[in-house]
Amino acid sequence: MNHVDIWIDNTPVSVAADKTIMQAAEQIGIRIPRLCYHPELSIEGACRVCIVEVEGVNKFLASCANKVWAGMRVKTNSPEIRQARRDIVELILDNHPMECQTCERDGNCELQDLAYSQGVRERVFEGKRKRHAIEASSASVIRNAEKCILCRRCVRVCSEVQGIHNLSQLHRGFHTVVAPAFEDAMVDSVCINCGQCINVCPTAAFLEKPHTEAVWAALADPKKFVVAHTAPAIRAALGEGFNLAPGTPCVGKTVTALRRLGFDAVFDTNFGADLTIVEEANEFVHRLEKGENLPLLTSCSPGWIKFMEHFYPEMIPYASSCKSPMSMLSTLLKTYYAEKEGKDPHDIFVVGIMPCVAKKFEAERPELCLSDGTPYTDAVLTTRETIWMIKAYGINFVHLPDGEFDNPLGYSSGAADIFGTTGGVMEAALRTAAEKLTGEPLTDLNFTEVRQAEGLKEATIRIGDLDVNVAVANGLNNAKIILDKVKAGDKQYHIIELMACPGGCIGGGGQPYPPEGYYVLDREINKLRAQALYSIDEMKKVRTSHNNPFIKQLYQDYLGEPGGDKAHHVLHTTYTPREPRGIK
Amino acid sequence: MDAKAHKLDHDIVEFINQCREQEHPDSYLIAVLHKVQNRYGYLDKEHMAEVAQRMQVPTSTVSGVATFYHFFRLQPKGKYHISICLGTACFIKGADKVLDAFRTELGIELGETTADELFSLDSSRCLGVCALAPVVLINEQVFSKVSAKQVPQLLNKVKEQELV
Repeated sequence: MNHVDIWIDNTPVSVAADKTIMQAAEQIGIRIPRLCYHPELSIEGACRVCIVEVEGVNKFLASCANKVWAGMRVKTNSPEIRQARRDIVELILDNHPMECQTCERDGNCELQDLAYSQGVRERVFEGKRKRHAIEASSASVIRNAEKCILCRRCVRVCSEVQGIHNLSQLHRGFHTVVAPAFEDAMVDSVCINCGQCINVCPTAAFLEKPHTEAVWAALADPKKFVVAHTAPAIRAALGEGFNLAPGTPCVGKTVTALRRLGFDAVFDTNFGADLTIVEEANEFVHRLEKGENLPLLTSCSPGWIKFMEHFYPEMIPYASSCKSPMSMLSTLLKTYYAEKEGKDPHDIFVVGIMPCVAKKFEAERPELCLSDGTPYTDAVLTTRETIWMIKAYGINFVHLPDGEFDNPLGYSSGAADIFGTTGGVMEAALRTAAEKLTGEPLTDLNFTEVRQAEGLKEATIRIGDLDVNVAVANGLNNAKIILDKVKAGDKQYHIIELMACPGGCIGGGGQPYPPEGYYVLDREINKLRAQALYSIDEMKKVRTSHNNPFIKQLYQDYLGEPGGDKAHHVLHTTYTPREPRGIK
Repeated sequence: MDAKAHKLDHDIVEFINQCREQEHPDSYLIAVLHKVQNRYGYLDKEHMAEVAQRMQVPTSTVSGVATFYHFFRLQPKGKYHISICLGTACFIKGADKVLDAFRTELGIELGETTADELFSLDSSRCLGVCALAPVVLINEQVFSKVSAKQVPQLLNKVKEQELV
């Protein structure tokens, strides 16, 4: 690429000719203020916050949307620019509730930070305010259009990354609102509850449905036996909420923190993950031997599952019937564990600690309830909600001693830990399936071919005398690509891992808002979180799900054979096509 | 209404199919929506959903386009369609106040239809009879030099006709 010489605030910069002014400024360590811009999404140029002055150009240019040219002289901080930028932010604020102290994102809001950094110290413009009711029909995602500043990041992530196209700008001018088609309630839309709109939103126009009050209430209820179980991806990200560096594993502290919060028992969703692998590998080997319903599509990600029901209902027979690790563990808690401990399942309150917003929807699925309609999972706390509860209680997380999970549903193999990152379910399944197919232990447990998929990765794995074609997709636009290839029938895939969120669960819709220096959908932060999981896996004695001694015991005592009647009844589920039908 | 009543007519489906063979099929969305509105008088939600499916354009995009352009109606026209001229001459002569009176009397906004489907409200630009400003059109009938005060009377007259 050709380089051009330009000047930014009198500093000479040599920059590739295809770069924008904003990127050129970053090269010399100047971060031009911004709002609608997002490095992983298309350029919008809507908010005008990133304007700069360019010599010889008689208007201010949006630095995110304009490329550099040779000899260009840019001013990022002239008095005129500073004034204009502040005016722009003031005008945005004029149509914003300004309820910072009672807002979920107080202290963690890009608009708030921007107003502060631009020196907005008083309310200058007092105009008409848009009025919209809070839309809370969804089990997972709450839409609050009054706080929306029309940056369209949610619209872009929903279409460009996830391929859902659920959100669009409707109406025009002052009446513009971001909503599903026809302003339908989220619950009646094609929303798959991934929560990426929540993550990219600079304000609080999208939030997860809070379960914190329900959990506080259960913890205070002496009649309830309140148990938590924590998803693999939690241990790689929870520490970020307490200023620990991204990628700091903090499973022991998390267990202690949950006990201090008052949970009567703390289990590991990982145990459910090991169980998922035993069941899913069994299902896979069966299908492989019979040559039926291939490729097998994994079923852990509730966002992907709802996506399939709206967009690819014809693929339902290919999906694994395994419940997700969360639902497997919750089911066991209200069946096996309740029986063993002599408890009424209705007295057990199960809380899933999840990186995921869609898990809140999954918990409400009627298929995942006791026959009287009591859900197996009573509440789902996102990583963010969990961090908030720990802070609200006043627990000094960083200095907590490490705790241990309760057993038998708290012991897990390393295969379960890597569930939290893209390729992890695949690798865990391959470890078990390979040993099952060949009857011999693997010499190398690391299937690095399926790791770190940047969206989509394919590989062919030699197992015994079989070539197994595998694919890993994260982000649902990539799911579309691989499913369309499956439907075209050019290649026989045998097993495909699908995760709704980019990077897998570590990039989930319920994960912490990124710490300074990182951004949402940042591949770097997801790499660090993934490394945390791989390091935990490496350190474990048992690294294959089927060799987890407590899993073996559970089959002996309660479940019978993998894929057998009892196991099927307890651990498997069904899917149904959903309306409205998604547009592929 | 049953689902069948909402199926798009055969010729419109045919038109959509032709559009899909063009180079940029999505760019025909507005043309398709015009056809639908011409046929049925407005854009029904079920029709828009069917357009989205047939064109494979996201339903939210169809909804976005339909709500962006004022020409598209999202409710059926009333039996009496009231169109208030907001052209320069009419506006100077107080058409905005006339419009407000209709809004208050009918309890609907521009582009909307009363619950009994008797009246719908719209605006138009210059009708070329500025000497009669402000001008209100109710179906084909022209009412000239209308004042805000006259609006209740005007509506009552229509309602009386309705009872006969």
